[in-house]
Amino acid sequence: MATEILMPALSPTMEEGTLAKWLVKEGDTVSSGDIMAEIETDKATMEFEAVDEGIVGKILIAEGTEGVKVNTPIAVLVEEGEDADAAPAPAAAPAEAAPAASEAAPAAPKAPVESADVSEPDIPEGTEMTTTTVREALRDAMAEEMRRDETVFLMGEEVAEYQGAYKISQGLMDEFTARRVIDTPITEHGFAGIGVGAAFGGLRPIVEFMTFNFAMQAMDQIVNSAAKTLYMSGGQMGCPIVFRGPNGAAARVGAQHSQDYAAWFMQIPGLKVVMPYSASDAKGLLKSAIRDPNPVIFLENEIMYGRSFEVPKLDDYTVPFGKARIWREGEDVTIVSFGIGMQYALAAADELAKEGVSAEVIDLRTLRPMDTATVIRSIQKTNRCVTVEEGFPQGSVGNYISSVIMQEAFDYLDAPVINCTGKDVPMPYAANLEKLALVTTKEVIDAVNAVTYR
Amino acid sequence: MATRKTAAKPATKPAAKPNVSKDDLLHYYREMLLIRRFEEKAGQLYGMGLIGGFCHLYIGQEAVVVGLEAAAEDGDKRVTSYRDHGHMLACGMDPKGVMAELTGREGGYSKGKGGSMHMFSKEKHFYGGHGIVAAQVPIGAGLAFADKYLGNDRVTFTYFGDGAANQGQVYETYNMAELWDLPVVFVIENNQYAMGTSTKRSTKSPSYWERGAAYGIPGEEVDGMDVLAVKAAGEKAVAHCRSGKGPYILEIKTYRYRGHSMSDPAKYRTREEVQEMREKRDAIEHVRTMLLDGKHASEDDLKAIDKEIKEIVNEAAEFSKESPEPALEELYTDIYADVLPQGEAV
Repeated sequence: MATEILMPALSPTMEEGTLAKWLVKEGDTVSSGDIMAEIETDKATMEFEAVDEGIVGKILIAEGTEGVKVNTPIAVLVEEGEDADAAPAPAAAPAEAAPAASEAAPAAPKAPVESADVSEPDIPEGTEMTTTTVREALRDAMAEEMRRDETVFLMGEEVAEYQGAYKISQGLMDEFTARRVIDTPITEHGFAGIGVGAAFGGLRPIVEFMTFNFAMQAMDQIVNSAAKTLYMSGGQMGCPIVFRGPNGAAARVGAQHSQDYAAWFMQIPGLKVVMPYSASDAKGLLKSAIRDPNPVIFLENEIMYGRSFEVPKLDDYTVPFGKARIWREGEDVTIVSFGIGMQYALAAADELAKEGVSAEVIDLRTLRPMDTATVIRSIQKTNRCVTVEEGFPQGSVGNYISSVIMQEAFDYLDAPVINCTGKDVPMPYAANLEKLALVTTKEVIDAVNAVTYR
Repeated sequence: MATRKTAAKPATKPAAKPNVSKDDLLHYYREMLLIRRFEEKAGQLYGMGLIGGFCHLYIGQEAVVVGLEAAAEDGDKRVTSYRDHGHMLACGMDPKGVMAELTGREGGYSKGKGGSMHMFSKEKHFYGGHGIVAAQVPIGAGLAFADKYLGNDRVTFTYFGDGAANQGQVYETYNMAELWDLPVVFVIENNQYAMGTSTKRSTKSPSYWERGAAYGIPGEEVDGMDVLAVKAAGEKAVAHCRSGKGPYILEIKTYRYRGHSMSDPAKYRTREEVQEMREKRDAIEHVRTMLLDGKHASEDDLKAIDKEIKEIVNEAAEFSKESPEPALEELYTDIYADVLPQGEAV
């Protein structure tokens, strides 16, 4: 019986890939384990093996095809004497693992409002822009700073020869050699401490955690050694170090690999905490982080790595800490977010605009220092606020923003502030439950409707 | 204060009969005595309520730092735990500044914001003063990493106790230090008690230095009540590191006479045990005897030194009482740096 061979998912977050090369041709006999093709993801080129034996009856996707969605049939395997064309019609591409709870149809739309996107404040008018992924932007930031300052080096698991577990350090070892791009054993507590010591000793380490979930093993060195030494030394000894890596939920990796630590780190005096959304901010903020004389926690997101944004073509583009970015101006409500939360905030604002609700969307960009002044100014105009983040609800970033608003802008509020967060549960593995555990665009829209009494 | 005058020598077996100059012996005597008198005074001030919180005295262990400082060169680094007063004095930090930090005053090394366990001196290459048991171990390896990266021919002395020697990060650090040939001397000050838990009650692998073999790090056990033995071992370790061979472990058998901290009644050992160490193995008495027996000094000479040290300590105590408490504005300073206080790499 003919068997369809489908485009495989080769990482938890892969949605599509390039069929780089076929290593078999029609008519070839393959047995399980034979390498059939090379498939390129955004992270790597991987070999794809046959799992069944048979004859390659038909190749459906030509080599070199880009953007092949996961689960698309790419070839048909037939048995001896079988005709590939006689194979049953390909089954419909498998449906989404589980249908999402249907997004409630919006209420009768009002007159749509103009989308009021604001240009990036840190980029001079007329600057040429390049479409860049967040992944490339982070790599470029590190490369530029390493060219600029000999004391900057990168250490972490798989950063050098493997080119980065998520390919953030792609090409860095080739340019800067193994002296400055250093593979560590799997030993977060130890290498975080070595990083801190190296910073005391005059270097500017960038310590990559494969994910921030593993930084929990290094928490003591980050909080007790890196963050507090300047104070404990009466200002004699600083710790210029960047701890960076993906933070928050990726996709289907379960409770121990899917947690947003923004609120944890934000609590610690002595740390600076950055959580960029766009590629240009990722680049500009990482460059600022590497130059900062203080310990900086730089929270990235695996799902965002492959997203493209316009990044200014400037020789030395930096973004200052403590300056929020207003992505959309609006009149009716202020939506405050950061990092991947911004995608829900912006999607909600788009939907709301169709219904005649004008939302102002603020990206905090850095959580410590936090630009609450921009938030307060916005609320003085809109009188309503919704915060959006993926972290847990108790002791969330939104909780802190709410308290600041209450103390500094209570009289301007026409409704209680609502914090949209991840649910108060460890991240489940099942696709449908994972979806429920994360914050959604619909929840942001519902919250806006609640604070605007619609 | 102390000047480092002993250059590292190639590794040699310590001679049976110590070949040591009068000046060196007098120097060790003075240094060890300073630590002991300083610590006794700190104990007094604690009793008077002038020093608060935790205060961990170094009395009994003086030969360890004094011996190793004698093996260090200018620019070598040191980092240790919270039992750090002796290390600071031995590397040449001002007793006044140390004592004033203990009393939480503006004149202290950290402006009164660090306390007994958290002091630093960039000038003397003293990198703390760390309150979390064993956290200083990877930090010490990191300092050595920086020196190696920058091509500095320096060695870092990373001190920790037998208690810290059971922490996981020590072994993570051993692994990387040897992997990367970092010039770090791991100094295990084995005073036999991790707070109140004796080594017997905390491990069945009581020869801590031998654990380095699992990572390929050489080491040895050293008599920590004999300053000359410590110095000789220190020179061997330093020579190993400085020649690019990577880390070295010294397990220095020592003894603390006082409790773990000022609030420790020390019920976990007998009075007789402590008394026996004091009477038979005291490191300062050992040098004192060598000085007298070798006719390097008379009783009167040593009395004069005692008097001089007492004066230094009294001055430090006076300073620590007179120095004002930090200004209230200090609460909010030194949380973030605008420029790197220790300066860029050199």
